[in-house]
Amino acid sequence: MAMAIRVFLSFLLFLSLTNLASSLYEDQVGLMDWHQQYIGKVKHAVFHTQKTGRKRVLVSTEENVVASLDLRHGEIFWRHVLGTNDVVDGIDIALGKYVITLSSDGSILRAWNLPDGQMVWESSLQGSKESKSILNIPKNLKADKDDLILVFGKGCLHAISGIDGEVLWRKDFASESIEVSHIIQSPEVIYVAGFVGSSKFYVYEVNAKSGELLKNNHVALPFATSGESLSVSGDKFVVLDDVRSKIVTIDINNGNINYNQKQVSDLIKDSSGQAVILPSKLPGLFALKINSQVLLIKVTNEGELVALDQIDNTAAFSNALSISEDQHVFAFVQYEDNKIQLSVKDVNDWNGALLKENLVIDHQRGNIEKIFINNYVRTDRSHGFRALMVMEDHSLLLVQQGEIVWSREDGLASVVDVTTSELPVEKEGVSVAKVEQNLFEWLKGHVLKLKGTLMIASAEEKIAIQKLRLRSSEKSKMTRDHNGFRKLLIVLTRAGKVFALHTGDGRIVWSTTLHALRKSEDCEHPVGLNIYQWQVPHHHALDENPSLLVIGRCGPSVTAPTVISFLDAYTGKELNSLSLAHTVARVIPLPYTDSTEQRLHLIIDVNKHAYLYPRTPEAIEILKREFSNIYWYSVETDNGVIRGHALKSNCIHEIVDEYCFVFRDLWSIVFPSESEKIIATVTRKSNEVVHTQAKVMTDHDVMYKYISKNILFVANAAPKASGEIGTATPEEATLVIYIIDTVTGRILHRMTHHGCQGPVHAVFSENWVVYHYFNLRAHRHEMSVIEVYDQSRADNKDIWKFVLGKHNLTSPISSYYRPEISAKSQSYFFTHSVKAIEVTSTAKGITSKQLLIGTIGDQVLALDKRFLDPRRTLNPSQAEKEEGIIPLTDSLPIISQSYITHSLKVEGLRGIVTVPAKLESTSLVFAYGVDLFFTQIAPSRTYDSLTEDFSYALLLLTIVALVAALFVTYVLSERKDLEEKWR
Amino acid sequence: MDKGKGVMGSSGRRWAVDFSDNSTSRDFIDPPGFSRASLDQDDSTLSRQKKDAESNWKSQKAWEVAQAPFKNLLMMGFMMWMAGNTVHLFSIGITFSALWQPISALQSVGKMFEPYKDAKVELLGPKLVFIALNLGGMLLGVWKLNSLGLLPTHTSDWVSSLAPAQEVEYSGGGLNFR
Repeated sequence: MAMAIRVFLSFLLFLSLTNLASSLYEDQVGLMDWHQQYIGKVKHAVFHTQKTGRKRVLVSTEENVVASLDLRHGEIFWRHVLGTNDVVDGIDIALGKYVITLSSDGSILRAWNLPDGQMVWESSLQGSKESKSILNIPKNLKADKDDLILVFGKGCLHAISGIDGEVLWRKDFASESIEVSHIIQSPEVIYVAGFVGSSKFYVYEVNAKSGELLKNNHVALPFATSGESLSVSGDKFVVLDDVRSKIVTIDINNGNINYNQKQVSDLIKDSSGQAVILPSKLPGLFALKINSQVLLIKVTNEGELVALDQIDNTAAFSNALSISEDQHVFAFVQYEDNKIQLSVKDVNDWNGALLKENLVIDHQRGNIEKIFINNYVRTDRSHGFRALMVMEDHSLLLVQQGEIVWSREDGLASVVDVTTSELPVEKEGVSVAKVEQNLFEWLKGHVLKLKGTLMIASAEEKIAIQKLRLRSSEKSKMTRDHNGFRKLLIVLTRAGKVFALHTGDGRIVWSTTLHALRKSEDCEHPVGLNIYQWQVPHHHALDENPSLLVIGRCGPSVTAPTVISFLDAYTGKELNSLSLAHTVARVIPLPYTDSTEQRLHLIIDVNKHAYLYPRTPEAIEILKREFSNIYWYSVETDNGVIRGHALKSNCIHEIVDEYCFVFRDLWSIVFPSESEKIIATVTRKSNEVVHTQAKVMTDHDVMYKYISKNILFVANAAPKASGEIGTATPEEATLVIYIIDTVTGRILHRMTHHGCQGPVHAVFSENWVVYHYFNLRAHRHEMSVIEVYDQSRADNKDIWKFVLGKHNLTSPISSYYRPEISAKSQSYFFTHSVKAIEVTSTAKGITSKQLLIGTIGDQVLALDKRFLDPRRTLNPSQAEKEEGIIPLTDSLPIISQSYITHSLKVEGLRGIVTVPAKLESTSLVFAYGVDLFFTQIAPSRTYDSLTEDFSYALLLLTIVALVAALFVTYVLSERKDLEEKWR
Repeated sequence: MDKGKGVMGSSGRRWAVDFSDNSTSRDFIDPPGFSRASLDQDDSTLSRQKKDAESNWKSQKAWEVAQAPFKNLLMMGFMMWMAGNTVHLFSIGITFSALWQPISALQSVGKMFEPYKDAKVELLGPKLVFIALNLGGMLLGVWKLNSLGLLPTHTSDWVSSLAPAQEVEYSGGGLNFR
């Protein structure tokens, strides 16, 4: 057996030495991989529907994406993903040809070319104070060169030329302590209005040409205000007082500031709830939300408030849209017993509705959160309207004439967690003909393929072959395949929606918005946290569908109420959902399953109680059996402490809960807070399979790997150097690496990198850890590898022990055994900064590993683990070379063919997930960020299967030819024999 | 008993008249001057000589057969040296043929020495030499196999197929959800 493996491995090595990079041919793109582009939840949208050119909508999103979408199909014309810290504050169109975006708290203003998205100019705006940022672009349909773009950001007002982004003048308001909330532009004068404190309303008049301060004026309200003030028309503002019982109208007509106040109770009978002014900008109107009702209030020219209407069950209001000189319309959506009604009304003519449509929207999409409207002129010269809707699950819909024209699943731009599920086993009785449509097509396909391999196909036929390959029905079937390439990727998005994606073509098989994670009174800001495999039936329970455990929370803080939900992995149906009485700080999937293959999970709350799920007596029984072997560790980054705990007993409450346990503290590691701060911890994946415990050296010597799952990698940086790169000097910065046994709290290895700092990205696999950090002295990124070996097993050298089977290498081991550890380490320079590191995982762990590095360019680079091998030396011996040890170089090579994302980018890359296929050579890779990317890679090439482009036809042809040749030569030789005999 | 006197046996002939047969019934007396005794004596010495030559020839041949693997051995050694110490198609082919040839030869030791079987010929010596040389050839094959690294003579060959030991304890945890 060992011999066979050896032969086989040597053979592999021989193959792999020929070419280090496994690359892809151009026509193989899209065969195994798919790529999906998203933009995220839309924050602002601006329509651009001039008569000429393509109709488009420009959006900015919560994923900091600026994009131009095709209004007909919802496709992306162009898209820019700004950095994670470059939050978009405003988007608008200037001069009819530029898209202007304001980002980074109002400090960066950019202009993009409208048709193709090229950046035209960028202005960096200086300022000293944090403030609200406002982008103000004059709404002139005619492009005027004198038009100024007014930007308020960082406490400064900037006037910027729309042509080239030059800052014409700036006025600093930082010293005035005003919270500027409005900028009103008129040809000569610019009004800058806002509150000082909460009760003084100031208005500054600034010369539009020079930025000179003309005068300032203020009014002191006799009470404090609360919430944002809203500009109702050019010179009127409304705001609520601090108890939300009065509406204050402020009028700044001609420099005189007056205010009126009116009790909310005068406008509505039942004013018991909290009143909120909705931020929709409607000329002369504003919307006030009380309880679930929305009150539309008109502000007259005299500043009087008149209640216009009261709308129940409203979901969203749009801003006003001006469709002609004096006609402004707005839209709102209403829920009326399971129906969704979209209404468009004129601001001035309340009674007549321009549009009233009933919509049918899949209830899985949740409520409508935002609505943007746009008009078009119908053939009969009347106005038609289309509405862009942002849903609760972050998807985007375009509605026109009561129909959904297109929809985008942009929730997938914010994937939080990923797990996988096997597909159902193929049922017998599904005929081949059903899959292959009909025999003729099937034959035609094969003839085409044969032509392709014999290189007699014409250009059109080649295209047809390529199409056939890409649309192969084989890869998108809904059943399990022999090689395990077809799976379901189950992703949880930040909105709390769960999607199942097919690995074959990336289509959405099902999607579910968790009922418990819908926005409601009890659950203000639902977020999805994690997703786990709850039940993975195999062997005896194959008939049952696998199920998933989803953890969500109703708010950003740890103490917010938590929801757990169980989903069927094949259909997405919610099987069960629980609102937990306790909080969730951590979920620990235990390595035990019950008789129905449900995995045991411990949920740990903030008070350090553990709750066992599933809540069945059988689970308790299993836990009791393993009671003394279950440990738990907690990492407290704030205090710099890592603690180890073990199960102690049931909770001591008034009510006896036998599924609740308390812990006793076993050990703690306290890092010195003045010199070390925890910046990264990494542990091994719990489902990783390791093939062998031995590492064979060149001289046939054996090193025993220290393979333990209870091992934690901790990276600590000096507190001064835990910020951005460049904020600390090399002398101040140190990076300390620990490898800790989490059962006993023993520090197995400790290492210090002087002059280095984070951010640290690391991956732990088998007995090694690879981490990436920044070396301040060398001004370069570095990657290091540590391999951990078990010295206490090293004396297992007697071969007769193995021949007779008298060794104890496979008997269970305990961490309390205190094995002797030795670690080997080596460091290398690496060119890129890194967003994520993962390692390939295969079914049996035999195939060599590749590191998958998500680079700063949003690509995924596959790097052989052989490059990160502590045994590399400058001049490896012949034997070492044969073994595959690469001569040591100071930096790791980046081979451009080894980007597994080839020419694509996974914009905003946040994570990489690897899943083993059933075929040992192959690993499935899913990278997510704003985009999604999936591919399958074979780190040692597909040594266990024929490649996709293997020509069976050619093989068949060769065999036939050989058989024919055999016959011919046989006949010939017979004849010759006969002639010989007659001679 | 006196039949089949020629070195080559009479198996190829259909019939034969044996003129020297004089043992059967004799109705007539010998002619005068004919001495039967001298004839008998002369005949027997001749056949003995012939027999000796034959057995000599047989043993010589047997030794030749016994020594034949030696040449083979030399050639094998040369080929192995040519094939080198890396695992590839040729070296594996040569090694396995080097292993197979002695084994098949050893299996047919009896058959190889069948033609030289004679009461007077001592075959044990050649057989032993033959076996020894073939064993030598086999050893050479095994040595080659070992030098190719295909024999499980190291600890590493045994350990690498062992599954990692199971752990008694389980520890989970990490950072809290944010």
